[in-house]
Amino acid sequence: MASGKGGTGKTTVAVNLALVAGKVQYVDCDVEEPNGHLFLKPKIDSSYDIGIAVPVLDDELCNKCGICSKVCEFNAIAVFAKSVLIYPELCHGCGACIHLCPRRALRESTRCIGVVERGHIGDIAFLHGILKIGEPLAPPLIRALKKDFSEKIPVIIDAPPGTSCPVVATMRNSDYVVLVTEPTPFGLNDLKLAVALTEELSLPAGVVINKTRNGDNDSIEQFCEEKNLPVLIKLPFDRAIATLYSQGKNFIENPKYAQLFKELFKKIRKEYDETACNHKR
Amino acid sequence: MKQLVIISGKGGTGKTTVTASLASLAGNAVLADCDVDAADLHILLQPYTILEHPFISGKIVTKNMPLCSGCGLCISVCRFDAHTQTGINPYDCEGCGLCARICPENAIEMRDKTCGSWFISDTKYGKFIHARLHPGEENSGKLVTCVRKAAINMAEKESADIILIDGPPGIGCPLIASISSCTGALIVTEPTVAGIHDMKRILEVTAHFNVPCSICINKWDINPDNTADIEAFAAQNNIPVSGKIPFDTCVIDSLAAKKTVVEYTDNHISQQIRFLWQQIKTIFSIN
Repeated sequence: MASGKGGTGKTTVAVNLALVAGKVQYVDCDVEEPNGHLFLKPKIDSSYDIGIAVPVLDDELCNKCGICSKVCEFNAIAVFAKSVLIYPELCHGCGACIHLCPRRALRESTRCIGVVERGHIGDIAFLHGILKIGEPLAPPLIRALKKDFSEKIPVIIDAPPGTSCPVVATMRNSDYVVLVTEPTPFGLNDLKLAVALTEELSLPAGVVINKTRNGDNDSIEQFCEEKNLPVLIKLPFDRAIATLYSQGKNFIENPKYAQLFKELFKKIRKEYDETACNHKR
Repeated sequence: MKQLVIISGKGGTGKTTVTASLASLAGNAVLADCDVDAADLHILLQPYTILEHPFISGKIVTKNMPLCSGCGLCISVCRFDAHTQTGINPYDCEGCGLCARICPENAIEMRDKTCGSWFISDTKYGKFIHARLHPGEENSGKLVTCVRKAAINMAEKESADIILIDGPPGIGCPLIASISSCTGALIVTEPTVAGIHDMKRILEVTAHFNVPCSICINKWDINPDNTADIEAFAAQNNIPVSGKIPFDTCVIDSLAAKKTVVEYTDNHISQQIRFLWQQIKTIFSIN
């Protein structure tokens, strides 16, 4: 579930889909602001820290030659006449400085950037990551999450908003992308950006239009038609739904919507099977 | 010169809608859209672009296969598993260039990468600096920094009193780049469990970087109990609540008309936004 624009209903769709889909895994890759747990209320069974490699200096071995600073593409090391400054938050953990230091004055240490929590809600396996406050880099935590789920059970992935590296890390190698949008000029603009990303990554996609009102979906549906993107379902704009959402309650508590999300799950499977066939052809 | 950033943690709480309305009230302001990977402020401001600059950041790393001896050194040192038998996968490559520096055959090349563009535009509310990151690109934080530098230069040139910054969602690098050294941050939240959860996380981030905050509760009457909880939390933590905007479909209608709310209607919503602006000016000592 991805969107480009924030607040269109990614988490709502992902959570409600998980709740009607039977035995599935729900993975919240919006590690900057994870919200799925507020609606699924999982029992957390275990957790572990995620670290990335950062350099540590042995000052006695260092002759301040400056090579480490020169080879760092991320400006994470500054070398002065008498001292070396390492900025761990800027470090991407590539190891270039450590590898290329002629005096082997740098060694590797691990810095924690966040935590992964595993849990469950009935048959649903739950997984999310929480980025530490002040940490800029979400992708290493997202990559760690994606290494942690089972290949055998369907996975519903809740993506972060936007179209840059955290979204790429989330979307990559997925089988199908559901783009959740809303019928406003913002929704359409950001849907176009998200579609450009799925095209760039060669991923099949379909669209859920959330918060629809009479007559205002035309431009979104027209765009979907032009792009040959299926509109999977439309969810209504309804103040009663907004109130339920505000309390952390789920759509599918209303049987009418439970049916709608079951249909969505079927449609995604069907679309995926068809696109998978097309790919084979 | 003051810099006010509008942020939320959670997306879709109304950052851009509020920013655009404040822009129309501010008078002598420079406007900046720092949500560079899903920029929307231009839709409401309808800018006329004066200058476009390419945004060059990071490196494209490619392998010249005929030169490759297949020694495998690049594969063994790459921390991002970007090397395959046939070359380098651009979506896995972080652009660190370690492989290029150690390849014994000099078969790996690094080139500067154009990741997007940034623009200087005119709007009816003042000069506007905005950007577009190419889909799937990295370095959104650096593009934010680039937009902010250009906005500061512009504000000096135009003798503007204030820069209004529409921030990105989340708490990662583009957000950190958007709030650093700002005079203040207006946090637009909504009285939903997700809105409150994300507001509390963003407040930890602003505290970490020493940026003073104020809170605006958007769609407050969707859940008055949650709104009361937000106000109590704000009072406990000495954070001023500068405005409460009720839920009204006229906001969506104004978006559909591509206008700011205060331009579109003169009702209780636009009155609340005017009141919000007065409060913000007092809280952050803006002239």
